[in-house]
Amino acid sequence: MDATPAAPEIKEAERQIARIPLVLNRRNFSWLTERISGVVEQPAPRWWWVAFTITASAATFGLFCLGYQISTGVGTWGNNIPVGWAWDITNFVFWIGIGHAGTLISAILFLLHQKWRTSINRSAEAMTLFAVICAAIFPGVHVGRVWMAWYLAPVPNNWAIWPNFRSALVWDVFAVSTYFTVSVLFWYTGLIPDLATLRDRATTKIRKFLFGIFACGWRGSNRNWRHYEMAYLLLAGLSTPLVLSVHSVVSFDFATSILPTWHTTIFPPYFVAGAIFGGFAMVLTLLLPARAMFKLQDVITPQHIDKMAKIILLTGSFVGYAYMMEFFLAWYSGNSYERFAFWNRVFGPYWWYWWVGMLFCNCLSPQLFWFRWCRRNVYVVYFVCMCVNAGMWFERFIIIAGGLHRDFLPSSWGLFIPTWVDIWTYIGTLGIFTSLFLLFVRFLPMIAMSEVKTAVPEADPHYATPPGIQSISPRGKERI
Amino acid sequence: MMRTPAGHKVYAMAAEYPSAAALYEAAKHVRDAGFRRWDVYSPFPIHGMDEAMGLGKSWLSGWVLFGGVSGLLTAALVEFGPSWFLYRLNVHGKPWNFWTVPAFFPIMFELTVLFGAFASFFAMLGMNGLPRWYHPMFNWERFSRVTNDGFFLAIEARDPRFTESGVRELLEKSGGQHITIVHED
Repeated sequence: MDATPAAPEIKEAERQIARIPLVLNRRNFSWLTERISGVVEQPAPRWWWVAFTITASAATFGLFCLGYQISTGVGTWGNNIPVGWAWDITNFVFWIGIGHAGTLISAILFLLHQKWRTSINRSAEAMTLFAVICAAIFPGVHVGRVWMAWYLAPVPNNWAIWPNFRSALVWDVFAVSTYFTVSVLFWYTGLIPDLATLRDRATTKIRKFLFGIFACGWRGSNRNWRHYEMAYLLLAGLSTPLVLSVHSVVSFDFATSILPTWHTTIFPPYFVAGAIFGGFAMVLTLLLPARAMFKLQDVITPQHIDKMAKIILLTGSFVGYAYMMEFFLAWYSGNSYERFAFWNRVFGPYWWYWWVGMLFCNCLSPQLFWFRWCRRNVYVVYFVCMCVNAGMWFERFIIIAGGLHRDFLPSSWGLFIPTWVDIWTYIGTLGIFTSLFLLFVRFLPMIAMSEVKTAVPEADPHYATPPGIQSISPRGKERI
Repeated sequence: MMRTPAGHKVYAMAAEYPSAAALYEAAKHVRDAGFRRWDVYSPFPIHGMDEAMGLGKSWLSGWVLFGGVSGLLTAALVEFGPSWFLYRLNVHGKPWNFWTVPAFFPIMFELTVLFGAFASFFAMLGMNGLPRWYHPMFNWERFSRVTNDGFFLAIEARDPRFTESGVRELLEKSGGQHITIVHED
């Protein structure tokens, strides 16, 4: 190595390939702790109360609708033959799909060493749990006699009635309940060190006691981190096939039937791609306002939004490809029912669901993300995410009700018209979901502090402070 | 048992370090000095610290394997027991033979993952001795920074090589600050 200074073009090349820091403005560890814990420790801002009042009211009315439906019967919904599955199962698939982005971020991106996940994984995992709670409501009450739902579990009983283990619906019960349980374990494991942070910062006795209990006496010992990291790695390894399996099993509910548009082998990958697509849109829908309201722009940076937008573009293109392949296979199969069903999807009574929801929202709107300017503009990103949120709901409705409303015999044709209970139960779950998320950001750290700290350059054991550079901490309380 | 002049039992001698890099270097010093009962504390896992402390791989994975296998066997029992031996449920007159067994695979997979995840979580708590109400390190008021931005190293008094002057010298030499005796009670 000669000691001649690097040529200017080499310096320029180095500048261009240098990694953009994941935490901007050289924020240090104590800034991260202060800012993220501060969200939980300071009194709730006024907008939070306004938002929570609205969402909690919607949630309450949704719960009233559920109570009314359970006490009166499934007939309060618009479901009727031939459309026996309608908004309820649409909502179920919609919500369960939302959850997938959280597990993708927390598990798959962890295994792929994507450090940018640390800023968003906690809130995405929380979103997963709340989405699965909303999802579980619908098949739960759709069984009609809710008090008989325990038949879904293989419990020995004196009638010797067992679940049919070859049924996709029973697989679904196991898949969704396993998914929820494993997501809770994963989320809580990640929370333990951060709960310890809140415990050590607590000023009131009750906070100290509660965070003390839930932090399990965590003290950041490296002998503990060793097992903790192995546990986290294995949970990520277990969650990765799990998340791919859950929506595959959901798609089996349809694919194992003989209905045109449902009876297809493309469904598992198509559903999984759609779930991640819709889920990332929901992550951004929640995080973009939260980031602005709690001033977390240094942690959730334009780079993070850019990367999530790219995943939306990728999975959205998968989904668009799957839509095209469905049409091709319908034509290529030569099956007249299959061909009719797809023709009917585009030009039948639900035509605008397809044109607006599937074509515009799901296929076309994410294509904006080919352009860097669109990925960097939060308003464009938010617009696309809203399109995707709506589009993915329409897609599930088209698959479910669209597949059912034209039966094999024209004499059995019908349409689905939602009742007010249908509509308000769905709005109610939107309220439950957003209320739970608002409570989460108030009471738990919405960014994984112990993880995001590892993305700061000072966390590297071989890091040497460059001369003349100082990290920035709040209120000048510098740590040297 | 060592006691302070005031009569407290001594748990350890501990020091604070200014950065993750300093703690990493100090851990290598303490490892090379041959100590066995000691630990480092940090707000996040430090990459490479296990080697710097001379710790091997965590065998928590063994518990997870055990959990996964027991989940698989549980699912096999739950599925084959009722629907193969107790009551053959024939739906739609579909075939019922060995070649239909793949229909049992989804639930076997789910329970394997479920039991593996439970094993992973509870083994993590169990192998770390958590949850616990109390730990002597919490008696040191500076230690509350460990979950914020503090980096600490403590050598326990029950280590056979522990002598007050020797450990103090080692901690000083490795760049430790605020060196102190941590009480057991």
